[in-house]
Amino acid sequence: MWCIVLTSRRVSLVENTTRKTFQPPWWRRVAQVVFVFFCGVTKALASVKSNSISPTNIFAPDSTPANSIYRLSLFELEILGAIFVVVFSLLAYAVVKFRERKEDSSEPAQIYGSNQMELAWTVLPVLIVVVLFLTTAQVIHRVQDASRPEGTIEVTVVAHQFWWEYRYPQFGLVVSNELHVPVSDPNHPTPTFLSLLSGDVDHSFWVPRLAGKTDLIPNHPNTMWIDPHETGVFLGQCAQYCGTQHAKMLLRVYVQSHDDFDRWVHDQQEQAGADPSVAAGRALFVAKACFACHTIRGVMAIGRIGPDLTHLMSRDTLASGAVLNTPENLRHWIRNSGTFKPGSFMPPQDLTDSELNQIAGYLETLH
Amino acid sequence: MASEALPLTLHKGPLAVVYEWLGTADHKKIGFMYIIYALLFLVIMGIEAILMRIQLAHANSHFLSPQVFNRLFTMHGTTGVFFVAMPILFGFGNYLVPLMIGARDMAFPRLNAFGFWMTAFGGLLLYGSFFAGDGVLHAGIAPDVGWFAYAPLTATAFSPGHSTDYWTLSLLLAGVGSIAGGVNFVATILCMRCPGMTLSKMPLLAWMNLVMGGLILVTISPLTAAQLMLVADRYLGAHFFDTQAGGSVVMWMHFFWIFGHPEVYVLIIPCFAFVSEIIHVFSRKAMFGYPAMVAATVSIGFVSLGVWAHHMFTFGMPSYGNAFFVLTTMVVAVPTGIKIFNWLATMWGGKIRFATPMIFAVGFLFQFLIGGLTGMMLATAPFDWQLGNSYFVVAHFHYIIVGGILFTIFAAFYYWFPKMTGRMLDETLGKWHFWLFVIGFHLTFDFMHIPGLLGMPRRVYTYEAGRGWETWNMISSIGAIFQTVAILIFVYNMIRSYFLGAPAGNDPWDAWTLEWATTSPPPDYNFAVVPSVRSRRPLWDIKHPDDPDWKYE
Amino acid sequence: MSVRGESIAVTDAPWHIPSRGRVGMYCLIVAESAIFTIFVAAYVFYIGKSLSGPTPREILHVPILSTICLLSSSLTIHWAMAALRKGKTVGFSVFWFITFVLGAIFIGATAREWHHLIYQEGFTIQTNLFGSTYYALVGLHASHVIAGLIGLTIVMILALLGKVKREHSERCEVLALYWHFVDAVWVIVFTTVYIVGR
Repeated sequence: MWCIVLTSRRVSLVENTTRKTFQPPWWRRVAQVVFVFFCGVTKALASVKSNSISPTNIFAPDSTPANSIYRLSLFELEILGAIFVVVFSLLAYAVVKFRERKEDSSEPAQIYGSNQMELAWTVLPVLIVVVLFLTTAQVIHRVQDASRPEGTIEVTVVAHQFWWEYRYPQFGLVVSNELHVPVSDPNHPTPTFLSLLSGDVDHSFWVPRLAGKTDLIPNHPNTMWIDPHETGVFLGQCAQYCGTQHAKMLLRVYVQSHDDFDRWVHDQQEQAGADPSVAAGRALFVAKACFACHTIRGVMAIGRIGPDLTHLMSRDTLASGAVLNTPENLRHWIRNSGTFKPGSFMPPQDLTDSELNQIAGYLETLH
Repeated sequence: MASEALPLTLHKGPLAVVYEWLGTADHKKIGFMYIIYALLFLVIMGIEAILMRIQLAHANSHFLSPQVFNRLFTMHGTTGVFFVAMPILFGFGNYLVPLMIGARDMAFPRLNAFGFWMTAFGGLLLYGSFFAGDGVLHAGIAPDVGWFAYAPLTATAFSPGHSTDYWTLSLLLAGVGSIAGGVNFVATILCMRCPGMTLSKMPLLAWMNLVMGGLILVTISPLTAAQLMLVADRYLGAHFFDTQAGGSVVMWMHFFWIFGHPEVYVLIIPCFAFVSEIIHVFSRKAMFGYPAMVAATVSIGFVSLGVWAHHMFTFGMPSYGNAFFVLTTMVVAVPTGIKIFNWLATMWGGKIRFATPMIFAVGFLFQFLIGGLTGMMLATAPFDWQLGNSYFVVAHFHYIIVGGILFTIFAAFYYWFPKMTGRMLDETLGKWHFWLFVIGFHLTFDFMHIPGLLGMPRRVYTYEAGRGWETWNMISSIGAIFQTVAILIFVYNMIRSYFLGAPAGNDPWDAWTLEWATTSPPPDYNFAVVPSVRSRRPLWDIKHPDDPDWKYE
Repeated sequence: MSVRGESIAVTDAPWHIPSRGRVGMYCLIVAESAIFTIFVAAYVFYIGKSLSGPTPREILHVPILSTICLLSSSLTIHWAMAALRKGKTVGFSVFWFITFVLGAIFIGATAREWHHLIYQEGFTIQTNLFGSTYYALVGLHASHVIAGLIGLTIVMILALLGKVKREHSERCEVLALYWHFVDAVWVIVFTTVYIVGR
């Protein structure tokens, strides 16, 4: 509605100064068609409240920060759409109406400017900027300066080239690559606050349906928060170029009911099982120096360079979401990580087939 | 006169010609060399772009290895900004500014040649990395740190070997060349104007190149300073960006973007200049609101110095810091809007001739409008938390750089090629070039916004299926084919018209600024008699002695 | 229709435009100022952020003598230019030479300071953040002084050969501008490094 008002005001403005006449119906029709088209595109994107188009659609928010951004973006798109319609219509009109005609070779009237018009198209944009700025500042404040309510889950995220480490200080827990958080009831929010750190270069934590991205920068701790309103798996990936395998530094956030989440925490707090049938594989894990990089709690393995493997089999994926966690993929990965992720820092292992089977067999018991 | 018709005619021995061009300090020859040099790099960066588009056309592609892909986008970006856009605009500026202000050369011709050769060697050095980037023994590794090379990825720990050294040293060289160019533009425009050409009677092109020159002085220098620090880190073991010693990598980001954002205006302001000249000539009207245009340009120059951290909304600045940069960035929209409205008002009531330069200029207006609006979206910090570093950003800045800058550069080629060579570019081929390029451009870059909205980050060498990104990426890649064909037509058109084009005469467009008052191509001394002017359109005054401009200005 | 350059009317109105030498130098000064701004910003940002010693207070001594020399050289070059504009070439040569000597004393003092820091204190650009920023900022300034000294030397040799006349005052003025700039930057660097930084 506002757009149409704006359109006609602009037109009358120009009309007065150039003393040209034209047919309003034709004009309005073009403006309306373009406007409807634009609104249609926006609405189409906006109406997709599900993840049917894409599991990482920013227009399908499911968490308060993402929702605030979504509502702001719709408001802004309407204003920008109106501006587009106005200016595009003026351009289209000028291009069609003021073409040179064959029969006429005289020069047109020379107009050097008009202070009123300059004033008009300075003041109007200033007003739009003020409106947009105030709305934006409000959302910035609401998202960035949010306080931690009772029941907040604290997670420290440490980004590495090219995987994620999650520490839960409240539960004394360190896990890798798959983040588990409880669902948050909008009436009694239990948000998760993420402290973002980096162990090497810059990375960025971006799960579009939960929140905007925030970077993980060495020597520069950041925070962000999410409060997912539904259970399920939410996808995302590193959004700051961090080296060779930036593309396969995927994020998986598992949103669980409070009961499921508590059960998961309890399971993860357990030490690694010591199944005697895979003792040979466990010994080999130590002998081949896997422990230098990986931690398996309960075994002599306390390395911090690679992901924690204590409950490897509780994860759906390997290599930071690059492939599914299947016995076959696990063996490929151990033998040569470059199969899925060339440039990964896990070195190729020089193992015989039986050694490989023993180690993989051991890892498969780590539920 | 015949021997002047083509600057490249071989009436001397080939060695003498080479020597003449290598040793020249003539602004037209240097301008020419800048342009040809930039066109060569344009082709190279185009090839890099095509390779990347093939890789991204479908999910889980194995066409390129991640290492190669990362080098390609680094080289594509660095080349595009420093060795295509800057030199080509310097080339046009060099060629046109002295002609349009009635001067015989730039203020410092030798400094001008120095600037060109520094830039040229910078580009050669960058591409030298392909042959010796990791040291002579393991030859051939190009830099792979991205064109803004965020620390600490550039530290020796994460980027061993010498590929990053090639990147930083080549930008240092090119930076020195650009500063030399900036000094020259400012000094030329302030000190070499012909009698009567007061600041308020300069063509808009001169004004905008003046602002560009000034911006270069204050923006390229911070980059040079930051590169010096990086060189000290890498070669001398200093700790400027070393997090192990307490250094701050955010400082690099600030320094880089203090350069990086105004740089965008360094590139687009000369393009505003081309558009201003072309639109008013082809609309057959005086520029509407000349003082407002000048004021808007100058204020864009100033405001652009205070917006850099909008590239850093995701870096965890405090909320008031984010809000400040939202405000400054949005304020840029005001003078930019003034410009668009003034161009529209210039066309309004005119008799628009749609020759090729003008259709490219109209294409610019349309695309720049959209690019500006998506820029507003990115300026909104919370929206940027979603859009930043996604393919939406890639689409946005290609809208500005290709849809805005490259379109005006094409317009400028069609408009001034006759002046530079004495021959017209072919109009039919020009229209083919325009329409194929428009189709290709919109296929590639309109649809590139969408994967960004659907969560696709930039700089990924591949992506998994099932994210809803495949179709859009495929369409983008198909668009690249159209753009390639269009560019080939353009190159063919230039080569063909150079030898066989219709003779242009001095003033083929019936235009109004001083460069059209001399022969095409202009003689070494530009003007037999230094002209003097009384208005912004000296040739209008001559063509319409009964109704000259100076009565109204 | 063609319009040739010759056919444009030439008016006799007086036409004044600024000297390109000065404008060029002012541009260079603007660009250099931007470079120094970045280095000063880095220095100030890193004050007190080094993870290990030594601190500025422990090893830096305020270089009062060399500062007085450099700042007074601005005065002497000003007098030299005043003399040249009046055509007094001898006075010009004398003051120009004094300027050179004062600048050389400054560089000598910096060299001594660095020699002391590196060989007695073992303090280098690799030591800590303070070392990196200190050597970079002071070194950047010193390299500008050296560039200025080279320029001063060339003019001095020409002056000794009797080739610098009144009509060259415009060109010497450009070099003098640069020298004033180098002095002004020292005021900033001195304040940053030896007053604020300690």
